[in-house]
Amino acid sequence: MLNVLKTLALLFFEFFKTGLFAVGGGLATVPFIRDMGAAYGWITEAELANIIAIAESTPGPIGVNAATYVGYTVGGIPGAILATVGLVTPSVIIIVLIAKAIKKYADSYLVKSLFTSLRPAAIGLITAAGFSLLLTALGVKADFLRFTFSADWMTLLKLGIYAVFTFFAFWKKTSKIHPLFFILTGGAIGAILSL
Amino acid sequence: MSLWKLYVMFLKIGSLMIGGGYSMLPLLIRELVERHKIITEDELTDYMAVAQCTPGVIAINTATFVGYKVRRVPGAIIATLGVITVPMILIVLIAAALKPLMQYEIVGHIFAGIRLAVCALITASVYKLFKKSVVNATTFALFILAFLFVAVGGVSPVFVVLGAAIVGILWGGLKKC
Repeated sequence: MLNVLKTLALLFFEFFKTGLFAVGGGLATVPFIRDMGAAYGWITEAELANIIAIAESTPGPIGVNAATYVGYTVGGIPGAILATVGLVTPSVIIIVLIAKAIKKYADSYLVKSLFTSLRPAAIGLITAAGFSLLLTALGVKADFLRFTFSADWMTLLKLGIYAVFTFFAFWKKTSKIHPLFFILTGGAIGAILSL
Repeated sequence: MSLWKLYVMFLKIGSLMIGGGYSMLPLLIRELVERHKIITEDELTDYMAVAQCTPGVIAINTATFVGYKVRRVPGAIIATLGVITVPMILIVLIAAALKPLMQYEIVGHIFAGIRLAVCALITASVYKLFKKSVVNATTFALFILAFLFVAVGGVSPVFVVLGAAIVGILWGGLKKC
């Protein structure tokens, strides 16, 4: 019982931290959830990619969907509720505080300068998380500090599929297609080729 | 506007938005600006801009903003609860349904394919963000440092965000002097 309560408290605290530090919306929560997975073993990299796929294909903000999924996996329905409430609590507090001074806040020179440097760093974080998700999706094991690297022939096939998807995600004629279509196609290809 | 009506309105917005972030903008314009006339389109653009700059999920930040404007703190809380209700129920149902399915080998293959598609989608969104915010040598240096600290050094993202915030404040202060 005590352990359950401890896990629930930890879920709330970790997602509160995510809500407080994830700047830029959308994928900004991903690096933090990945960090949690590494620290507590709550989810693997592969599961994180699955969560993003589910979050992108269902209604609701990606961060909220991901928090609910992780919370539910770790602590059932109470976990789902605490993780999600933890994620949104800092938003409610911060926005209520600045709603009173919105004009002053948005125009402040220091605030502008703060976000000019926060945004590139946030994108660096997302890129790092995306990169490690890609390595997992390709079946590559790499340790950059020790310069070790291992992969199998499947990796080449997966790299090819990833390259084709990336091309269509960038190509003007297809880039506006709903993510759900990409995800369903990916699932079909995975089933047909037994990836 | 009553708290109940506010809740129902954001319940609707939360259940119709797919993909997060800016996908909610057309919905917000239709519901808040055109139908219920709670705020003007200019105000909404201001809110979204601030919501994007402040930490947290953009949709939640925007909902809190509008809720606060309509009914102060209770409104902020109710609007936020409205946005998260339907997504939470859906995700719990999906997670519960997926658990028993995961033991089938084919589901593993399906998700292996899905992961590749998701990585491609992430690559495209990251590139869009990159183009918008990484505009000169300083911002590029911040981007690379943040990437290396996390990808290679295994530093917690929290410290990277704090570090970048300090750099931003110092940089802004120095330039002004």
